[in-house]
Amino acid sequence: MTPIHEPLSEEAAARLVQVAALSKTPFVIRGGGTRSLHPAPEGGEVLSTRGLNGIVAYNPAEMTMTARAGTPLELVEAALAEKRQMLAFEPNDLRGVLGTSGLPTIGGVFATNASGPRRFTAGAARDSLLGVRFVNGRGEVVKAGGRVMKNVTGLDLVKLLAGSHGSLALLTEVTFRLLPVPETAVTLVVSGLNDAEAAAAMATAMSMSVEVSGAAHLPESVRGRFAGGALPDGAATVLRLEGLAASVAVRAERLAAAMAGFGAVSRLEAEATRRLWREIRDGAPYADGTPRPLWRVSVAPVAGQQLVAALRLETGVDAFYDWQGGLVWLRMEADPEEALLRRYIKAVGGGHATLVRARAEALAASEVFQPQAEAVAMLQARVKASFDPDGLFRSRMVG
Amino acid sequence: MDQIGFLEPRPAVLSRRREIVADLLDLLPEGCLVHETRELVPFETDAFVSYRRLPLAVALPETTQQVAAVLKYCHRYGVPVVPRGAGTSLSGGAIPQEDAVVIGLSKMARILDVDYANRTATVQAGVTNLSISDAVSADGYFYAPDPSSQLACTIGGNIGMNSGGAHCLKYGVTTNNLLGVKLVLIDGTIVDLGGKALDAGGLDLLGVVCGGEGQLGIVTEATVRLIARPEGARPVLFGFDTSEEAGDCVAGGLAPRSIPHAPGLIGNAGTEDSGASPPAGDPLDGAGLLVAGGEGSRGGADAMLASIIGIAGRHGVKAVKESQSATEAALIWKGRKSAFGATGRIADYICMDGTVPLGQLSHVLRGTAEIVAKYGLRVANVFHAGDGNMHPLILFNANDPEDAARAEAAGNDILRLCVDAGGCLTGEHGVGIEKRDLMRHQYSDVDLAQQMAVRAAFDPQWLLNPSKVFPLEGRPAA
Repeated sequence: MTPIHEPLSEEAAARLVQVAALSKTPFVIRGGGTRSLHPAPEGGEVLSTRGLNGIVAYNPAEMTMTARAGTPLELVEAALAEKRQMLAFEPNDLRGVLGTSGLPTIGGVFATNASGPRRFTAGAARDSLLGVRFVNGRGEVVKAGGRVMKNVTGLDLVKLLAGSHGSLALLTEVTFRLLPVPETAVTLVVSGLNDAEAAAAMATAMSMSVEVSGAAHLPESVRGRFAGGALPDGAATVLRLEGLAASVAVRAERLAAAMAGFGAVSRLEAEATRRLWREIRDGAPYADGTPRPLWRVSVAPVAGQQLVAALRLETGVDAFYDWQGGLVWLRMEADPEEALLRRYIKAVGGGHATLVRARAEALAASEVFQPQAEAVAMLQARVKASFDPDGLFRSRMVG
Repeated sequence: MDQIGFLEPRPAVLSRRREIVADLLDLLPEGCLVHETRELVPFETDAFVSYRRLPLAVALPETTQQVAAVLKYCHRYGVPVVPRGAGTSLSGGAIPQEDAVVIGLSKMARILDVDYANRTATVQAGVTNLSISDAVSADGYFYAPDPSSQLACTIGGNIGMNSGGAHCLKYGVTTNNLLGVKLVLIDGTIVDLGGKALDAGGLDLLGVVCGGEGQLGIVTEATVRLIARPEGARPVLFGFDTSEEAGDCVAGGLAPRSIPHAPGLIGNAGTEDSGASPPAGDPLDGAGLLVAGGEGSRGGADAMLASIIGIAGRHGVKAVKESQSATEAALIWKGRKSAFGATGRIADYICMDGTVPLGQLSHVLRGTAEIVAKYGLRVANVFHAGDGNMHPLILFNANDPEDAARAEAAGNDILRLCVDAGGCLTGEHGVGIEKRDLMRHQYSDVDLAQQMAVRAAFDPQWLLNPSKVFPLEGRPAA
């Protein structure tokens, strides 16, 4: 049995790390345990944030919230919903595709930089994160950033911590910005486009000043698994507009006119829109109860479909696209095909791939995160050592 | 009144000056090294003009490889390096020192690639901020971060300082619009961080390089996001009886319920004391003027505007002036952007840059007035009110050293007030030398030690811009 530590306060967490530093006992940091199937490294003990729970401050007028890292995401979102506010970046829920249970935590959201479809207009999780408190590998409690929107005072350690996947420090508290919930939202559906046509249609939509807040392409193979089968026949290229009702109406009309040149245009109203984009966010078609390898691939938007087309010539893949094609959810048939995938990512101009799901042996044998060029990898290792000189925090992110 | 200290020049470097110049002349093409004293004078300061130091030499490389060669040389011989864009830093970020080689990026000013399908531009670091938007404007795009100095400042400098601007409430600051950089490390290694993808793999090194104030490496190229230019920017000028009321309107109504386009607050003293006309020749004599606006597509902007005007109405607005045409809108914006210039006509000033939580705006405005009164000075307020970034301009007489010292002391008090109110020392100008010695007011020793450890991971010998950001005392041994 791997020991699990659940400190109930930041001070207790710091003491735990200080003691572990003496014996060089490594930790694996865990929030809700819903986002990762990676096994704990040999000899590692689990350091859980579950005991660091609760909203510390919520000021709706300032549009910021501070919460302890182990606070369940659903608690945060419920508090925000009461004031009609939200996390701008639509953190995803990977329980469906991973078959995990438990409650995702707000700390886990930021530690993995979990960012959804509104990436274009609202940025990633890291762009919403204003301040953090953390325990570094020396057992010191450190704060970085603050609770204001604009802050260039000193080095931006907040960005480093966001998306560090537990490799640098134990997040204990996060402060983040909020947005008002849009008054309404609609989705325009352009039907029957192949991947390349969809890329062109989405590029056109994004070139217009209609503020598209989501652009995804759902090929025919997955289309039926979205929106309860309500999308029209054929592949669905979906474009979301949000905001004040009067504004959305005008923008939707203009966008629909421009999209009519690409294919048949239909429309989903607010409720169906919310469901659809939640499913896109969570990779819903691959919540299929299988361990078949699943990648999230980030490339230049127009390169997404080029990557998938190239892979299709060599192996069986299923895919759909978010972020105008720049985020590819890619499911392999059996083997993760890591070497092949990384080669083609390079060929289409570069980017990165994260192995979200695979059988245990394949996970152990693969680079879960994108390997970096040698000079960058060395720099990363030095940055890690500046937080965690003894390498107490084990993560697949930085060796 | 030279109160802010610099590191003592390294004797070993000063004594080798002639050799270093000769070596650098060998490394660089003709016309790419400035070393005659009178030619070095233009590089002795930046827009924080009260402090100046003559550098050892100024390298003006034309390629990334030349930047790498100079850095490699300086690393090998322990020569400090100060990166420089256009020298518009308001915090002294580009002020050199006697033993330093300045690396200026002014000769690397080409736009390398514009990719509309992916909505990115890749540019050399010496390209000016505005020239990116100018290059893509005819095709309906713009680059969002727009610091007041955008005509002159370079994208490399913007990245160094993580610059903001009037639009940042809606579109974010530099870090939110930067996708990738080519970075030369102090030992001359060239690395690429990020690219055209929206997210990069690995640790977010790009996130810490941006705003690193030239201490982590020298950026020679950048890939930035382009955004489809809104068609209907419709600024409105609101007049309130006091700056505090205008601040309350932003905190209590505007910001939480909408994302208004670039609200800026232009306060009182500047116009009132000078008799100069308020921005854009507007008849409003309001003590608190607020510029806000609806922006977006046709129709979208109108809806947003109606909502904003409604909110202002519930917060005691005394006068509202809507722009009816593009020309009028441009005039209102020009008023907002040239507010610094307008104030400069009536006195010398130093511009502070603290940021506070929105709910603390009126508290800090009152405190600011008390502080400057205590020092017998005057203040004019220009704010990005929507994000709490305050730019009180402390007016003083630069020909009177005592007056100047009082202004500096008042500025420091105001920044401490901002930090105590839950804010920070600098929202967009950077720490530079100006706020370096106040860092311990915002951060604990442990907080600063962690930042310095990260800095040392990039530059173990502390050669890059070494007199900046971190207090000179309590640094780790190099």
